Amino acid sequence: MTTTTPGTGRSPTRERPAPARRRRPLTLRRRESRAGLALVAPTLLVTIAVIGIPIVWTVVLAFQRVRLATLRKTGLFGEFTMDNVDRVLHTPGFATTLWTTLVYSIGGTLGSILLGLVAALVVRRPFRGRTLVRASMLLPYVAPVVAVTFVWQVMLDPQLGIVNDWGQRLLGWDAPVPFLSQESTALATVIVFEAWRYFPFAFLFLLARLQAAPGELEEAARVDGATPTQRFRHILLPQLLPVIALLGVLRFIMTFNKFDDVYLLTGGSAGTEVVSVRVYEFLTARTDIGAAAAQAVVLAVVLIVFVLIYLRFFGRRVD
Amino acid sequence: MDRDMVETVSLRWLRRLVVAAFLVITVFPFYYMLMLSVRPIERLLLDPGSLVVGFGELTVATYAEVLRAADDGGQGFLTFIRNSGLVAVAATVLTLVVAIPGAYAVARLRFFGRRQVDFLFLAVYLFPSIVIAIPLFVVFTRAGLRGSLFGLVLVYISQTLPVSVYMLKNYFDTIPVSLEESAAIDGAGRLGIIRRVSLPLAMPSIMAVALYDFMIAWNEFLFALLFLVDKPDRWTVSLGLSLLADGVEVPKTVLMAGSVVLTLPIVILFFASERLLTEGLTSGAEKG
Repeated sequence: MTTTTPGTGRSPTRERPAPARRRRPLTLRRRESRAGLALVAPTLLVTIAVIGIPIVWTVVLAFQRVRLATLRKTGLFGEFTMDNVDRVLHTPGFATTLWTTLVYSIGGTLGSILLGLVAALVVRRPFRGRTLVRASMLLPYVAPVVAVTFVWQVMLDPQLGIVNDWGQRLLGWDAPVPFLSQESTALATVIVFEAWRYFPFAFLFLLARLQAAPGELEEAARVDGATPTQRFRHILLPQLLPVIALLGVLRFIMTFNKFDDVYLLTGGSAGTEVVSVRVYEFLTARTDIGAAAAQAVVLAVVLIVFVLIYLRFFGRRVD
Repeated sequence: MDRDMVETVSLRWLRRLVVAAFLVITVFPFYYMLMLSVRPIERLLLDPGSLVVGFGELTVATYAEVLRAADDGGQGFLTFIRNSGLVAVAATVLTLVVAIPGAYAVARLRFFGRRQVDFLFLAVYLFPSIVIAIPLFVVFTRAGLRGSLFGLVLVYISQTLPVSVYMLKNYFDTIPVSLEESAAIDGAGRLGIIRRVSLPLAMPSIMAVALYDFMIAWNEFLFALLFLVDKPDRWTVSLGLSLLADGVEVPKTVLMAGSVVLTLPIVILFFASERLLTEGLTSGAEKG
């Protein structure tokens, strides 16, 4: 942070109070503090109003008996009950959903980081058309989720999808594979989609880190006779590990919370129901707000636990 | 040939191959989308594996159906485009209005709680949006804001704010303080400094953030689904398209035309400003 380094002490606004004339700098300091608070206030206000309060409220709702029909009658602090949590934990499919979410998150995270790493390595050095290739690689990430899920659905469609047509004609598949609607392939397909859609995110981070890696190290290793794979293993990879660890936690959290992708691809059927889709079902189909909130709280708690475990193991690297 | 030579040569070829493979997996789905959107559905059913559109079978009837108003038997996407555009532009402008002063304050000014603000934003950014969605659903139902585009804009602002402040703050950090100091010596006040010195210098970053905000708002689906589903005239393009698929027997080619309509603005914006955006998004990536 530039502002805390002692070198900038000559600035009129951040002068250390000199012992001789203590009063004036102090008021400047106070004025700075007020200006800071005033400027940051709108941001804080919006964040607290639209994010902070709702989070607290979800927790409150989780312990209340609330349905959409009775919504207008329920106060903020009505009767508290453990019913919702109890119901959520004992509704059939709870454990399966949690397990699916976990498999989906870990698979999607690993897949996207691996693809992103390979992509970053191949476009690292300049070649003709590199800018265009780099831009194209970001397409899955910037394109609207509704559009890309539809294209995947059509591509994988058993009747008119290109994948099944080519698979049958060129690869000799006996019958079309309903990738998104049969239990044996649906979850794997959704994970592949996740890796495809989010590898650009890992790609951006890893490419930035690769480009900041000093060339001298690799040059020295080359002179000492290290082959390209050895240079990657012993020089580049150790430099990338902190970024990979950070990406691991970021992508895991984001995938764990993901709703749109699964909802749009399969609607949560064929063994792909993840927790957020389940919350949505509670909220809209059953209009059981209390249960939805309880389920969401369970989601958040499980997530926090996993992140804490992760940080315990990789915490030093993430820093 | 020693191991070094073997590896160098084979890796060179492998690299070309991998670059080509990446181009295929990233670009092909979009090409496929475009190709299907201009083919008649009967042709697609006859020959699902074809990669080119015959000149004779080229059609824009799919687009006509998607864009025509609902009263004329179309799907009314022009209205959806207007809604999406309105929401995305409003969310972008308002996010910037809130985020720029906030980011400036966090980067430059010492105030009580400045350190905590960073942490707060990270926590907010990573919190499940479905958790936030439930009470917002409740509040908006009560306040009659469900079905209003204003409510949606408000949610989008809160969703893009953390990253916007973070990106802008990182950029403000790279601007030398001395520039602002000389303005201060010349007698400019705090707001004058921000307006005359810091803002013009931060323009590239502000543009990148604006694009990011616009993309998030234009692409968003969950909150649009939760808040607008009962009001067909307020649907955004994403929502309209997703519900079109649920409707009775809409041909896949029409769906693809809708997808192109949804994707095209984003892709055009993206390629027009790719450099700006890549650099803007990764600035500060190493700081994590």
